[in-house]
Amino acid sequence: MTELLDPTSEREPSHRPLAKRPADITGKTVGLLDISKPRGDVFLDRLQAALEKKGVKVERFKKPTFTKPAPADLRHEIETKCDLVIEALAD
Amino acid sequence: MEIPGLEVKREEESLDLSYAFDVETVPTLLRFENGEVVERTVGWNRDIWRKITGVADLGEGLPEHRPGCGSRALDFPKPVDTSHLASRRVTIGSQEDDIEACIARGWSDGLPVVPPTPARVARMLTGTHRDAQEIVAVIPPDLAECTVEKVAVNAVLAGCEPSYMPVVLAAVEAACTDEFNMHGLLATTYFSGPVIVVNGPIAKRIGMNSGVNALGQGNRANSSIGRALQLVIRNVGGGRPGGVDRATLGNPGKLSFCFAEDEANSPWEGLAEEHGVEGDAVTLFCGEGPRGVVDQISRTPESLAKSFAVCLRTVAHPKLVLGFDAMLIVSPEHASRFKEAGWTKQRLRDEIYANLNFPGAELIRGAQGIEEGLPEGFKDATLPKFTPNGLLIVHAGGGAGLFSAIVGGWVAGETGSKPVTRAIT
Repeated sequence: MTELLDPTSEREPSHRPLAKRPADITGKTVGLLDISKPRGDVFLDRLQAALEKKGVKVERFKKPTFTKPAPADLRHEIETKCDLVIEALAD
Repeated sequence: MEIPGLEVKREEESLDLSYAFDVETVPTLLRFENGEVVERTVGWNRDIWRKITGVADLGEGLPEHRPGCGSRALDFPKPVDTSHLASRRVTIGSQEDDIEACIARGWSDGLPVVPPTPARVARMLTGTHRDAQEIVAVIPPDLAECTVEKVAVNAVLAGCEPSYMPVVLAAVEAACTDEFNMHGLLATTYFSGPVIVVNGPIAKRIGMNSGVNALGQGNRANSSIGRALQLVIRNVGGGRPGGVDRATLGNPGKLSFCFAEDEANSPWEGLAEEHGVEGDAVTLFCGEGPRGVVDQISRTPESLAKSFAVCLRTVAHPKLVLGFDAMLIVSPEHASRFKEAGWTKQRLRDEIYANLNFPGAELIRGAQGIEEGLPEGFKDATLPKFTPNGLLIVHAGGGAGLFSAIVGGWVAGETGSKPVTRAIT
């Protein structure tokens, strides 16, 4: 019987459940995150207009660079200010 | 073999004692005192054997002297101790092919791999003096701590020899720095992947190719070192195409893009030395596939530098500047133009840069009938193609061919990736 050594990090596959979805977004705060890709702002401007028409409060955020994960402080700020977040991946 | 007068108390079926006491010839006679070997003779010599054993009539009737023959221990490699290896053992089914089993478990980049048996991993670890459980780096995207042993397991999969281990370890360390930004390089939709340039005497010692077909196939070290790094990212870091790796097209160099600089014949200092590291070193650059620069006519260094410049302008897009670094790999025949003229590497770089400044009006969106370009605000500026450190120059390739190569980079600088040089220890 052949025995091999596991080349992976040996982490158990972690199942992360999705966050609970709200039934209605009226009166909620939605964060719009621009990841700093060209024209992502164009997309988010349109979304903001559409959301505000529905009476949704909008907060805008921007990552310093699309090549790196969002800084911890920015993630914390979004988490504390918003109920939902929409990220513009764009190009 | 029977020796009259010798009483046999215990016979060994295995070769354990031969391995333990380095017995290379049979017969070998060892005399022990308090568990230590105090006397030893190789081959049969009646007088010596009688003296060591103290048996006066030992070997009566046997010839006085016979030289003996080679021990079977020489025919079989000494079994490797694998008890110190900490990686999880995966037992594969008795009907399973071992290579297919590795592929089925997702450990492969698409090509067959060498199954990482404990013995192979233990042998791989003989290639480094570092402790097997030492942490080498934290591997993106999962940010998993990676031990020297895990690097060795993946080096086995990749087809490395133990002597490549120091290079693989240095490459893993360099890739997982904040400056190199392996996470972003993996996740990007762009073509690029890690390109490894090896400098120093180790390149020749482990048989790397810096000459004919240096960027191509056919050399075990070139092909497996880059592959080992990518397998560490895949298996330890969890970075896989279609998962965090979102490349639109990718490039075939993402299997392995690793070569040595031809320092012996270069008119210039090596890449690592330029970055302040002498001796054995790796430099990691985030590169796409190489493209050719053809100039078979230029005889002056000025003309050839201009050829390099017009070709370098096309990196990413001729209208995009300062966003992408590049590596220029100058072949020996092209390099001889600069050598004959006494041009330093910096002189060549300066001449290329002098030919790569553009008026913003040519670069802005809509200019030249092309919507891609810089924002309108750069209209009145004059802009260079590359940042001051954005052009790497390396010497490699076969002796014939008036061709060099350009490897375009990815997002340059603080917001993306910077080349990283690490000493190989």
